[in-house]
Amino acid sequence: MPAPHGGRLVDRVVPEAEREERLEEARSLKALRITPDQAREVENIAHGIYSPLEGFLRREEYESVVEYMRLPGDVAWTLPIVLDVEVGTDVREGRTVALWEDDEAPLAVMEVEEIFPLDRRRHSREVYGTEDESHPGVAKTMAMGGLLLGGRVELLREPESPFHAYRLHPKETRVLFRERGWRQVVAFQTRNVPHLGHEYVQKTALTFADGLFINPVIGRKKRGDFTDQAILATYQALIDHYYLKERSVMVVLQYEMRYAGPREAVHHAIMRKNFGCTHFIVGRDHAGVGNFYHPFAAHRIFQEFPDLGIVPVFFNTFSYCRRCGGVVNEKVCPHGPEDKVEFSGTRLREMVLAGEKPPPEIIRPEVAEVLLSLDKPFVE
Amino acid sequence: MIRKKEEERDSKFTTVSIPTPLFEKIKKRIEGTGFTSVSSYVVYVLREILAEESASQDEAFTREDEERVKERLRSLGYLD
Repeated sequence: MPAPHGGRLVDRVVPEAEREERLEEARSLKALRITPDQAREVENIAHGIYSPLEGFLRREEYESVVEYMRLPGDVAWTLPIVLDVEVGTDVREGRTVALWEDDEAPLAVMEVEEIFPLDRRRHSREVYGTEDESHPGVAKTMAMGGLLLGGRVELLREPESPFHAYRLHPKETRVLFRERGWRQVVAFQTRNVPHLGHEYVQKTALTFADGLFINPVIGRKKRGDFTDQAILATYQALIDHYYLKERSVMVVLQYEMRYAGPREAVHHAIMRKNFGCTHFIVGRDHAGVGNFYHPFAAHRIFQEFPDLGIVPVFFNTFSYCRRCGGVVNEKVCPHGPEDKVEFSGTRLREMVLAGEKPPPEIIRPEVAEVLLSLDKPFVE
Repeated sequence: MIRKKEEERDSKFTTVSIPTPLFEKIKKRIEGTGFTSVSSYVVYVLREILAEESASQDEAFTREDEERVKERLRSLGYLD
């Protein structure tokens, strides 16, 4: 199993025994309201998913990540994890603040070690490779507050989650993998319901590993995307009918997609390394959006990180071949496009909306049944 | 402003001496590859070697921690 990124698994969760007292203390601190996306960032830091980060980036770290894709200690780190506030917010360096996501109780405390300005255009250029506001990451950056707060966080409580049974933290998956005797674990990230192509990729990779870590990204989505419930229910059906229980595990990741293409692909790999995975499947145009990135930019960037500590497994295109009678990729099938059924997300969406059962060349019948039985499979 | 930026950049890099024949050998070796300089190749190789050395560090779980984790994994059906 790989060591956590940076060498140590970060744990910034206040121990159960101290929780009540620390929550009470936090109520008297200066309160800072954070968004659900920011709250998930705090949780990911605290549970070690973002190891070695112990908090939001300070200025030197931010500069180093934006410019060199590395933390000052030379540890690979490609996405700036930052907490923005509006200019004029009543917060000062050296103070500890309480971070509130809702009105119930503070979620976390943060030592505000540094406050520094955000150059939105530079941030967009460096992280997303563009200043085009039609890129969702750039649009979000342009709407960010003008100041960034850097400093360590501590998580005071675990918010309720409808996905409780599917939520495991790196500390837990690492024990799980060891107990199952998995030495080589391949991670698969997804934001979609599984079609035969996904299954093919996962099982091809699993053939050379001991275990498969299916890690759907749960969180804010665009209108028309499959809902979190649809993704989990269909994957569960696929696992129940077509996977060995002792060889696969599904755990959700609450995380906001940035669509930062190659930079984000590396970040995705780092997160899975912290979960204890040895390999990470990188698809075509991984974490991309529109035509902002070359389809294989997310493959090439890994050449710059020989020290990542997790092996990327690259997949290009795959389709169902009627003549071969199965899912194929461009390296193994000699037949032409007339024999192929492409895995089109748009086509699948249209069929589901029309109440039509997708064919078994695209999606397993058990998965299709679950999908069609859902009241609202898409985000409205 | 430009000077300050250059100083900042220079402070992030330092010089290491290697024998000239080795430098020439590397220069030849990287022709036609994605490496744009001997420096970038040397940095790549060193990072790779150092990463291999630090890959097998142990996790620091206490026995109590581990038992608590196993209990949760059993309760959720991940472990028998």
